[in-house]
Amino acid sequence: MEYSLALQILILLPVLLVPAIVLTKNSPNMREAVSLAGGVVLLCLAIFCYQSLASEQPTQVTWLEILPGLSLSFLIEPYGVLFALVASFLWIVTTLYAIGYMRGHNESNQTRFYACFAIAITGVMGVAMAENLFTLFLFYELLTLSTYPLVTHAGNDKAKTGGRIYLSILLGTSILLLLPAIIITWSLTGTLSFQQGGILSQLDSPVLTSVLLVLFVFGIGKAALMPVHRWLPAAMVAPTPVSALLHAVAVVKAGVFSLLKVCGFIFGGDLLASLDVTQWLLYLAGVTIIISSLIAMRQDNLKARLAYSTVSQLSYITLGALLATSLSLTGGAMHIAMHAFGKITLFFCAGAIYVACHKTQVSELRGLGKQMPVTMVAFFIGSLSIIGLPPAGGTWSKWYLVMSTIDASQWFLLVALMLSSLLNIVYLLSIPVQAFMPVKNNPVQGIKEAPLFSLGAIVVTSLGCIWLFVQPQWLLDLIQQ
Amino acid sequence: MFSHLAILQVVVPLMGAPACFMLGKARLTWLMSLLISVVTCAISIGLLLQVYQQGPISYALGGWQAPWGIEYRIDIINAYMLLIVSAMGALVLLAAKDTALTDIDEHRRPLFYVAYLLCLAGLLGIAATGDAFNVFVFLEISSLSMYCLIALNKDRRALWAAFRYLIVGTIGATFILIGIGYLYMMTGTLNMQDLAQRLPAIADNNAVISAYAFIMVGVGLKLALFPLHYWLPNAYTHAPNLVTAFLAATATKVAVYLVIRFNFFVFSPSWADFIQLGNHVLLILGSVAVLWASWIAIRQTDIKRLLAYSSVAQIGYMVMGIGMSSLLSLQASLLHLFNHALMKGGLFLVLATIALRLGSVDTSQLRGLAQRMPLTFWAFVIGGLSLIGMPATAGFISKWYLVQAAIEQQSWLLVAVVLAGSALAAIYVWKVVEVFWFTDKNTASNTRHLSQPQVPVTMSIAMWLLIIANVYFGIDTRLPVTLSEMGAQLLSGAS
Repeated sequence: MEYSLALQILILLPVLLVPAIVLTKNSPNMREAVSLAGGVVLLCLAIFCYQSLASEQPTQVTWLEILPGLSLSFLIEPYGVLFALVASFLWIVTTLYAIGYMRGHNESNQTRFYACFAIAITGVMGVAMAENLFTLFLFYELLTLSTYPLVTHAGNDKAKTGGRIYLSILLGTSILLLLPAIIITWSLTGTLSFQQGGILSQLDSPVLTSVLLVLFVFGIGKAALMPVHRWLPAAMVAPTPVSALLHAVAVVKAGVFSLLKVCGFIFGGDLLASLDVTQWLLYLAGVTIIISSLIAMRQDNLKARLAYSTVSQLSYITLGALLATSLSLTGGAMHIAMHAFGKITLFFCAGAIYVACHKTQVSELRGLGKQMPVTMVAFFIGSLSIIGLPPAGGTWSKWYLVMSTIDASQWFLLVALMLSSLLNIVYLLSIPVQAFMPVKNNPVQGIKEAPLFSLGAIVVTSLGCIWLFVQPQWLLDLIQQ
Repeated sequence: MFSHLAILQVVVPLMGAPACFMLGKARLTWLMSLLISVVTCAISIGLLLQVYQQGPISYALGGWQAPWGIEYRIDIINAYMLLIVSAMGALVLLAAKDTALTDIDEHRRPLFYVAYLLCLAGLLGIAATGDAFNVFVFLEISSLSMYCLIALNKDRRALWAAFRYLIVGTIGATFILIGIGYLYMMTGTLNMQDLAQRLPAIADNNAVISAYAFIMVGVGLKLALFPLHYWLPNAYTHAPNLVTAFLAATATKVAVYLVIRFNFFVFSPSWADFIQLGNHVLLILGSVAVLWASWIAIRQTDIKRLLAYSSVAQIGYMVMGIGMSSLLSLQASLLHLFNHALMKGGLFLVLATIALRLGSVDTSQLRGLAQRMPLTFWAFVIGGLSLIGMPATAGFISKWYLVQAAIEQQSWLLVAVVLAGSALAAIYVWKVVEVFWFTDKNTASNTRHLSQPQVPVTMSIAMWLLIIANVYFGIDTRLPVTLSEMGAQLLSGAS
């Protein structure tokens, strides 16, 4: 098969699954089989694209020219492949998990759920493989819109409010900040292609480039840099599989991935280093890391705590992108994968606890380790990965990020990263530790582990965290290509 | 035959109207008028091809040569306008099967088609003619039939809305007439091209300046340019649903065309300082319209009224493009003419479908619509996204050009206005989507029983054609972009 064909199918496949999902709505088993099979094929395609990187010719596809010089085109490049691999693999796992969760929980409108999920994955693949900013923007917006029905799945007033915040921040930032940034870039340079070394580098106006950088950094609201992070906690009204895949992996990673691409291939490291505003944005990323960790500590709702933890972790990647040295970009890109596996495990555990015993508050989890040992061990491993301790994959990405801050003499950021690790230990590790503590008067009886599908998914992702610690080399090779 | 296309464009619907009147039966009249409108549309495509290949066509009415006789002059902008108006006219008429006209008394339905064709003829006439007085004549033909169309609604409030529109429209037409009269007095000609050649010599004359002012205010009234827009929300809200679709997709577009024609062809910024002043005023009014009308739209509960205010805002975009008066901004304006016709035509047809089934378009009655009419709901979402200007919809393209035009002139304030308008549009569109999306257990079961006649297939076809066109022309933009570019070049060449 041609690489270019694989690339196109990779992007179109999930959306082509939608009719199949809708047609099989009367037989849930078929419907979920379609989703799963689609996920497996998608992963194979992503791996195939990964292999294409070894060939000499970069694989590029142009669909059509929307406006003169402005085309809808895709390119296989290392970062994108990394993102596509992570997202497609976790889509399979999440579908497995969702089967257990949605049935165990008797959710309504499941067909709509799987259909929108598939559309969102197309959005992710489009963002990952976008050759230029315009294509990226198109799929970025598709991702925002297709996840709205998922966020508001419950259909009650709380979902409505959450959905409003979600959409208004994500759409608002993209229309008011990101779109003008893109159009200004287009007017200034006449191109929107991602290029090595950036396309704005010949520009001779520090003020304008600074403004552009600010527009981009805040315009990509999905990266959840404070103060545009509010949508992420608001999106937690969604069913847990949605929070897991979309708000720990797909949507938020699409945000930081876009930021990586913009910083690395629109601005370029040299230009970023020469701008004063970069330093301020770096400080802001550091502040976001610490403050959201502090907020996370005070959350008793488990999903809210995880959401703020995600806000904090996303700023790790933002930080890596803004430093834009090869070390920091490597660390940032690695963290996309590492955090994805760690956080999705944690969300899966939160959902498993909810399905099994309808508990949502951290304070209620004491002593639960006896009833749900697998879940709690997985939670432990996931937490280790987020904190950045062996034997979990998060260690490596944190290693690179810390190295890059030392390399760039950014002492404040170094302190922020270290402090954040400590805070992570407090607010994440305390949960499994408390769960395994013996409780004197044990009121919880008759609680079993979550449905088998969900449990399987949890095991897979937590093993993934460990595997990424043992085998980080291919990831490094991929990123540094 | 082909050399007479220019006049056939107007004569076919004009003669078709009385022919339809003779038929008397609603179904028959519909078929007849549909046939006529399709032929009209075909003629406009033929004209466009001719102009595209051979350049402007000049047709001397009755063989009397211009500038003495009446000249029909079709350049690329005329052809573009004719295509928009005739295509929208045919599509809305396709939807307007007699059984779809539930908001019109049964015995009046044949009259609807007659008035519709007359109105279409008038609008096409404005877009085809090269004679200033002829513009006035056709403006009156279209306006008078439009008042009738609005008043056809069973709802008594339509009478009041039509009457208000009549008063305002007549004042507007009178102003235009006075303006044209002044021009004739000063130059002795009514032919637009001839006017354009003679006016520069007397550019400083006060009568010419007053003529310009009269014409602009008059057209501004027809255009519903802020702050002259008060008639529009009422007229749109109370007109029969399909009339609203037709009105929104065509009438204001023709008025925008007139502004362009007078500002850049008959008068021109290159020789008249007052045009530059006029363009500044247009720019300011357009910007205010975008922000203010979008803001008002957010607070509406009747969806027709909401979209009506949205139209005022969208007209603001087009006027902004005219006001910036650069090549790029004029192109943006012309593009938005086309794209906005698609969006609003599509959205009002969606509303007409909903109203036909459920008998109301008030937000309180439509909760949970997404469950009851899922396809129609998605049609509304797509149309709405185009209105917001999401990428891969038509609305994005025009917004892209408009923002680029503003950046080109380094006016960041205008960039902010355009984008803020887009964000406000997102709010008012999403307000409706939210109502449709979330169910309310009380009303959801009640209104189901109200379900009225089946929606005619032709209506669904017309609606989906327009909605799909919104996506199609957001992806394959060659047709509107090429035509609007040629149009903008023509205008700036003339100025």
